[in-house]
Amino acid sequence: MVIKIFKDFFQRIFSSLFKNKKNISLGFYGPPNAGKTSLANRICKDFTGEEIGSVSKIPHETRTVQFKEKVEIDYKGKKMTFKLIDTPGIATKIDYEDFLKYKMGKKESKKRAKEATHGVIESIKWLDDMDVVVIVIDAMENPYNQVNITILGNLVARKIPVLIVANKIDLKKADIKKIEAAFPEYEVVGISAKYGKNIEEFYEALFKLSKKA
Amino acid sequence: MVKKGEKSIGKIKGLSIQFLPYSEIRNLDSNNRIKKILAIVLGNNILILQGRLKVDEEARLIGDTMAMIGYVKDFKGIELAVIEGNDNEGMIDKMRKGVLNMISGGELGTITIIGPATIVKEIKKNPRKIELLLNK
Repeated sequence: MVIKIFKDFFQRIFSSLFKNKKNISLGFYGPPNAGKTSLANRICKDFTGEEIGSVSKIPHETRTVQFKEKVEIDYKGKKMTFKLIDTPGIATKIDYEDFLKYKMGKKESKKRAKEATHGVIESIKWLDDMDVVVIVIDAMENPYNQVNITILGNLVARKIPVLIVANKIDLKKADIKKIEAAFPEYEVVGISAKYGKNIEEFYEALFKLSKKA
Repeated sequence: MVKKGEKSIGKIKGLSIQFLPYSEIRNLDSNNRIKKILAIVLGNNILILQGRLKVDEEARLIGDTMAMIGYVKDFKGIELAVIEGNDNEGMIDKMRKGVLNMISGGELGTITIIGPATIVKEIKKNPRKIELLLNK
């Protein structure tokens, strides 16, 4: 009994000592072309000087889960270390013919579609491995898209802290109020991952959220 | 006769809408629920399901749908929308209920619409209206 009390006491002390040094798994989720990789690249470039993956106007550019280990984010003198996990966009339909519009050949389009379907499956499987998730939504698109709601529902069920990012606020059609109205119980941070607009506000929200992880 | 420039309602060939009461899937396990739903959708039907799937089943439905693209002829995926009964509730209340439904199942005041992407182009959903746009 006495040994057990001592063991628990030391475990608590050690876990609190190392709590802030752990590698927090930070996932980027959302529909295709919302800007998940652009945001992950922005963070990586700010703190490691390297990018995590390529970006494109063609949907489903990210078709495999991409990682960046031990990214130490330094914000206002506070430091947190993350494992960044950039996931392929989740969709309910993928038509290879959609890629033909981007002057892609039929064979290449079919290959891209096949890889994209595998990417969606992979993204869903990875939901269990996240400590914190950023859902990236294109601020010009309808936030009531079922993909957003399904992702959010699965994260709530797993008790994973969530931050919603409304991306592309540099564009005229962006409507952050619509996104805030769709998710009134969540903090929504409007950013432009491409130009770095409001990125400080994003880091602040991320630090606040990661403490819950 | 429709004059030039006027909007016309095109002919819809072979469109079938199937209603599924929740009682039909209540006693099925997740695997068989999803199988049943996909069998209806693969038969080129628009499914109107009373109630909703559990949140993990919704994710699994998306995953299973993706696994079928490229393996089932002409299948390009699905359009999916869950319409909540009470729009005055916040998303968190809906999510909490969603988590509760993982245990109890159902939420019968809700409707789930699932259609094959070859027939349903888009389900436009906002707090005021739901539009089902079909492919020509």
